[in-house]
Amino acid sequence: MNASLTKLTLSNGLQVLLKEIHTSPIISQWIWYRVGSRDEVPGLTGASHLVEHMMFKGTPKFPLGALDRAISREGGYLNAFTFLDWTSFFETLPADKIDLALKLEADRMFNSLFDPNEFSAERTVVISERQGSENEPLFRLSEEVQSAAFRVHPYHHEIIGDLTDLYSMQREDIYHHYQNYYVPNNAVLSIAGDFETQSILEHIRELYEPLAAGRQPPRLARTEPPQAGERRVSVEGPGETVYLQVCYRAPKADNPDFFALNLLDSLLTGPTNLNMFGGGVTNKTSRLYKALVEKELAVSVNGGLPATIDPYLYTTVITVHPKHTASDCIAAMEAEIKQLQDAPPSVEELERALKQARAIFAYGSESISNQAFWLGFAEMFATVDWFTTYLEHLAAVTPADIQRLAQTCLRPQNRTLGVYLPNTTAQL
Amino acid sequence: MTIHSLPGPNDIVRRELPNGIVVLVRPNLNSLSVVVSGYLSAGAIFEPDDKLGLAGFTALALMRGTTQHDFQQIYDGLESNGASLGIDGGTHSIGFYGHALAEDLDLLIGTLAETLRQPVFPTDQVERLRDQLLTGLAIRAQDTAEVASLAFDELVYAGHPYSRPEDGYPETIRSIRREDLVAFHEKHFGPMGMVISIVGDVGTERALESVTRFLSDWKNPKQPTQPDLPALKPLSGTISHQVHIPGKSEADIVMGVAGPPRRSPDFMVASLGNNILGQFGMHGRIGQSVREKSGLAYHASSSLSGGIGPGPWLFIAGVDPSNLEKVIELIRLEIARFIREPVTSEELADSQANYIGRLPLSLESNAGVASALLNLERYSLGLDYYLRYPDLIRAITPAEILETAQRYLHPDHLAIATAGSFDTPG
Repeated sequence: MNASLTKLTLSNGLQVLLKEIHTSPIISQWIWYRVGSRDEVPGLTGASHLVEHMMFKGTPKFPLGALDRAISREGGYLNAFTFLDWTSFFETLPADKIDLALKLEADRMFNSLFDPNEFSAERTVVISERQGSENEPLFRLSEEVQSAAFRVHPYHHEIIGDLTDLYSMQREDIYHHYQNYYVPNNAVLSIAGDFETQSILEHIRELYEPLAAGRQPPRLARTEPPQAGERRVSVEGPGETVYLQVCYRAPKADNPDFFALNLLDSLLTGPTNLNMFGGGVTNKTSRLYKALVEKELAVSVNGGLPATIDPYLYTTVITVHPKHTASDCIAAMEAEIKQLQDAPPSVEELERALKQARAIFAYGSESISNQAFWLGFAEMFATVDWFTTYLEHLAAVTPADIQRLAQTCLRPQNRTLGVYLPNTTAQL
Repeated sequence: MTIHSLPGPNDIVRRELPNGIVVLVRPNLNSLSVVVSGYLSAGAIFEPDDKLGLAGFTALALMRGTTQHDFQQIYDGLESNGASLGIDGGTHSIGFYGHALAEDLDLLIGTLAETLRQPVFPTDQVERLRDQLLTGLAIRAQDTAEVASLAFDELVYAGHPYSRPEDGYPETIRSIRREDLVAFHEKHFGPMGMVISIVGDVGTERALESVTRFLSDWKNPKQPTQPDLPALKPLSGTISHQVHIPGKSEADIVMGVAGPPRRSPDFMVASLGNNILGQFGMHGRIGQSVREKSGLAYHASSSLSGGIGPGPWLFIAGVDPSNLEKVIELIRLEIARFIREPVTSEELADSQANYIGRLPLSLESNAGVASALLNLERYSLGLDYYLRYPDLIRAITPAEILETAQRYLHPDHLAIATAGSFDTPG
């Protein structure tokens, strides 16, 4: 996929990644900022996400509503995401309308208004968003597990922020966050689709080169000390269903062991899917599905290993069968892990996981939006090469690597375990 | 190769097999994969009241074992090749969707045919699936949006099959026996009314040959035709139902009426109008009023389902319970305005441009094209529909939208369902 990939850095530090794809008359533009919830201190948790929301509230050139309207009018769609390590905004639209998206993003990097009245209204919108998430048992559980897993590192708090901070943060706090982090030298522009590279590059230069570089914002660095033993949390709430979340401290994305753990996850809970748009593969022949769901200890099991800058978590979420307990599931899961600790998987099992990864790549590559996503996403924690060599890295993993990761990473001392327990008294 | 064209008679092949199966194929040589998607004429509409959920239960059980392969063997064949296939129940149909690398087309269609034609419903698998369905229903009972939606259907579709949940209730799922699954499959699953859409890096002849090989000799003389839907009584006033679910931070509102079926001449007019009302930009006028101006909800929008029958015209929002009445009133005000005065020419132009401009984006992936082809067939739109579509959209006027809206919407004739934690349970 490198054939038509162009990578360069403008004089103000903005990184640009361009990939021509002429299969559909569509272009997708993503802009990525190196700021996420891990850059927030207590009192300001949720600031990055609030900034993301305020970026839709208008600039002098594109007043409130004009931005959504302009993109929608051209048949395009736009959205934004805030993650632990990054914040991104994207627009996908018919190729002949890309100028509009280019102008919008260049404009709102510096000129977002953060109108005080709009800020007040958006605060309640975000609180409503959080309340919607709190309705979900798995959100409540995940938030507790995450905070127990990280005592020091700012991965400790949920991306949306703590309610107390959402109530107390002021417009100036948020605006300051915006001014600090939304500068060209802290951003990556990734565009894929039906364009001619030289032509779009000229336009990018016109729009972005006049924007001055800012002070390079420092990333908040609070290293999490090694975990010395298992941590357990429980959350009680309404419902009838017990959920179990098991999180192991995991390598960061640019560590070679990340790929081995990725394949280990494929064996345990099914093929990992890094697509933002595009299909995946079911997991009914995975080891944990057979050990938990087929044995009727659980109703479902899923796993995931997010790619992050600092070591994060390999997470398994299990919906416990009504006739069993979380302890039964933990015991069965440990037995499966022990098998991999005692004996490496066969080469055939790894080859199978590789074919699954290739297929998922093929599904993801159908979408122009997904292709543009991939380019910038990889730059947020490594470089675009991480993505272009992803399958090669997976192919280099050996059965012995898998066994070693099972032995070192999937130890009880390295995990945080959370259980959601229905609180029957709360239902009275 | 550059595809800058919308699907049309020149590049869609439609073939009807002698047993009634309609095959739609559109090659996409830019892709490495293939999508196989479609539906059969069997669904919840055929269920008796005491066995609600039967069609979906049967559909999900198909892949649990066949005369040739057990559950693990079926999924091993698919997953080892990075392929995926799912079969699920709907109101009027059983849907299926699968994707695979293009080289594995036969695997996909072969597995589909085998599971549709030769399921054995192993007892242990049926019981396992039942437990999974019951857990799903327990989770549903805690989901404020789902509970409000169920309550809405009961209000607006009283006495009509659409009032019944496709997933059934715990008591109906518990009452379904393995024999019920066998009998439902034997009677209702067959080639009549089956449509299969194949899009991806496979040639037309290869796609047709594969379907012919695996499915052309399928017959089921017992298969019934779709029953007629009873007439629906329009709402004569506003009816409300509030469902109390303890321990929830947010309440969900689902309100609205029954809308036009997809085949009705009203549908596209209402759909374009609805885009102005609750979709365009950040959720149209409703989003502007509830979210942008008032900051009262993270999501607030409206939607129009269409479908074979009178699918709902919905207005939804997730709100703090203390703001419930305020938001309902804001939505009512927008409905009142929508039927009082025509949309502006600017609003209409925006939504027309949106509808026309987004078409190529929705057809970007194999999955998007496969879904578009199925819509052509399901609603008898004609293979040239997407070519005619821009003109159809441009022809819609503010007066038509107003006149159509006035026949469906009224701020005092609404079903309003809410679910959440309330101080005074309704």
